[in-house]
Amino acid sequence: MQVLMCAPSHYDIRYEINPWMKLRNRIRASEARAQWNGLYRALVSLGVHVLTIPQKKDCPDMVFTANAGVVNRKTFIPSHFRYAERRGEESAFIGFFKRRSYRIADVAASLFFEGEGDLLPYRDLLFGGFRFRSEIRAHERVSECLKKRFVALELVQPRFYHLDTCFLPLNEDSALYYPKAFDAYGRKAILRFVKNPIAVGAADAAAFACNGIRVGRTVVLNKASLALKKRLRTEGYEVLESSTSEFMKAGGSVKCLLLKL
Amino acid sequence: MAAKSAHFSETLLLQGHIIDSLTFSKVLDRIMERGGRFTIQDIHVGQRKYERSRAVLSVEASSQHQLDELLKELRNLGAEVLEKEDVKLAPAPRSGVFPDGFYATTNLETWIRRGGRWIKMAREEMDSGIRVDRKTGRAEPVRFASVKKGDLFVVGHQGVKVVPLERPRDAALFEFMTSDASTEKPKAAFIHQIAQAMRDIKKRKGKVCVVGGPAIIHTGAHQDLAWLIEHGYVNVLFAGNALATHDMEAALFNTSLGLSLKSGAVTHEGHEHHLRTINLVRKIGSIREAVRKGAIRSGIMAACVHRNIPFVLAGSIRDDGPLPEVMTDMLQAQREMRKHLMGVDLVLMLATTLHSVAVGNLLPARVRTVCVDMNPSSVTKLSDRGTWQSISLVTDIGYFLRELRTQLQRR
Repeated sequence: MQVLMCAPSHYDIRYEINPWMKLRNRIRASEARAQWNGLYRALVSLGVHVLTIPQKKDCPDMVFTANAGVVNRKTFIPSHFRYAERRGEESAFIGFFKRRSYRIADVAASLFFEGEGDLLPYRDLLFGGFRFRSEIRAHERVSECLKKRFVALELVQPRFYHLDTCFLPLNEDSALYYPKAFDAYGRKAILRFVKNPIAVGAADAAAFACNGIRVGRTVVLNKASLALKKRLRTEGYEVLESSTSEFMKAGGSVKCLLLKL
Repeated sequence: MAAKSAHFSETLLLQGHIIDSLTFSKVLDRIMERGGRFTIQDIHVGQRKYERSRAVLSVEASSQHQLDELLKELRNLGAEVLEKEDVKLAPAPRSGVFPDGFYATTNLETWIRRGGRWIKMAREEMDSGIRVDRKTGRAEPVRFASVKKGDLFVVGHQGVKVVPLERPRDAALFEFMTSDASTEKPKAAFIHQIAQAMRDIKKRKGKVCVVGGPAIIHTGAHQDLAWLIEHGYVNVLFAGNALATHDMEAALFNTSLGLSLKSGAVTHEGHEHHLRTINLVRKIGSIREAVRKGAIRSGIMAACVHRNIPFVLAGSIRDDGPLPEVMTDMLQAQREMRKHLMGVDLVLMLATTLHSVAVGNLLPARVRTVCVDMNPSSVTKLSDRGTWQSISLVTDIGYFLRELRTQLQRR
């Protein structure tokens, strides 16, 4: 597995564009750096190949590489951020992938699309969250470009503004999800395509338990309750906790900090 | 309240994996939850796993606002609005001349589509062209005389939407009294309801306009109309030279066209009375001054001046005089009338054909009109010309006004 990460050299809270962000919450830069290094090492130790991109000075949220776009083989589909505050990141990521001779397919142009933050592959499908950040039509275009079937999931809770904050695919049959983050149609659609849906409670969801990544038999995440750890163990997974408290101040955790390549 | 009919619609395209995600059912649910209606015009459901589905729906709402809100929501769900065509515009080739094929207005609420948005015409007026302001996008009905060279006008019917009249809330009266003129109607009952409508309008500070002809004075009903004006049931008066002249003749000489209003007898040198009246007012300078100076003490014009009720007097080719306030420039008279008709709720058209038709042409269809005349052809003329929502009553104007006053006095 290969992922892209961005070390927090200019990470900060300079604006508020989701309910987690509060300008009065100061970021402890050394602590953020330590947490990021911890995650980096955890992934490397699990055999993940981690690429990095330098952070642009005026893009404090660029550490959340999951929102850069979507990568499929040698094609990069860039994001178009809903908030102007993050649009400066777009050119940095496009440049990065261009230099590595990826094909840039800008199919979501003129629509809002926030990459893997909202569009997650599951089995042979793409699950797309919409309403707060990405637009449903952007997902349609991306899935058409990737020739995949697309399932739209409407997000209804502002605290879970990206799909990757409330939905974590584990394997062909199972996925973690926080039901209250979806509307009734979305919950129905999840139950229809996920054979073994594992619902997490409000406390786990608020601790970003769904914002993790599975590597082999390990699920790397910020924090999970005993009950959730137990449940995952019965599914055959061990939990590896990697604290991201400094990043949660900006509304992101483990999954937000990496983009699958 | 009667159910509103839906007239605001757009066509939407919904495509993708809309069945799997339940997006299609969600869209239909949302439309219904928000009081809209839909018609599925076309649907193609993907047959293979990766094949996308496609549906074309037309969505209707009861108002432009409701439709806008609904579309905003449906766009969030991925629906695309299929653009309807905008209006076509062309410049006026000369002042006073519309471009070829100009859209001629009706007296109904009219919308035009420009730049993908529906814009409501500033007011309703029939027999006009729709002028669109280049900068502001404002659309307004304009008649020949106001056309300036180079003004942009709507041509053809494309991108124009006309909203049919809704059934009024208090439909009973106006439905009961359809516009076909008949002498066989129970008049007192109708007049009772008209009186009721006038009381309501007065109470909510609405506006009643009276358009009157000289028969009001000939039949001796001018005192009754003056009473209506004095008691606040009339807010604006339109008439011609004759009504004002004979009304003041009656005040000065107690005759109308020389006939005694008491005995009906021909009076000595009575045929000169109206000329002497006109001369007196011309000497004083205006009707308003004549009343203020006490030269004219009673009647319709005196009541108007006392109550500060505006009047518009429009002249005609057979006029004697005319009186100082009579407008002989017809375009100016139309402009004045148009100004005073703003916000009017009810128009009483009493024993005058030409003025009634003129006013009818200026009125939006939604304004109620009551047309009273002895001559059936006169009252049908209005409904024939397309003035809707009119009650017509074939009866003597003297009787009508007396009865209306009696009804209004009885509380």
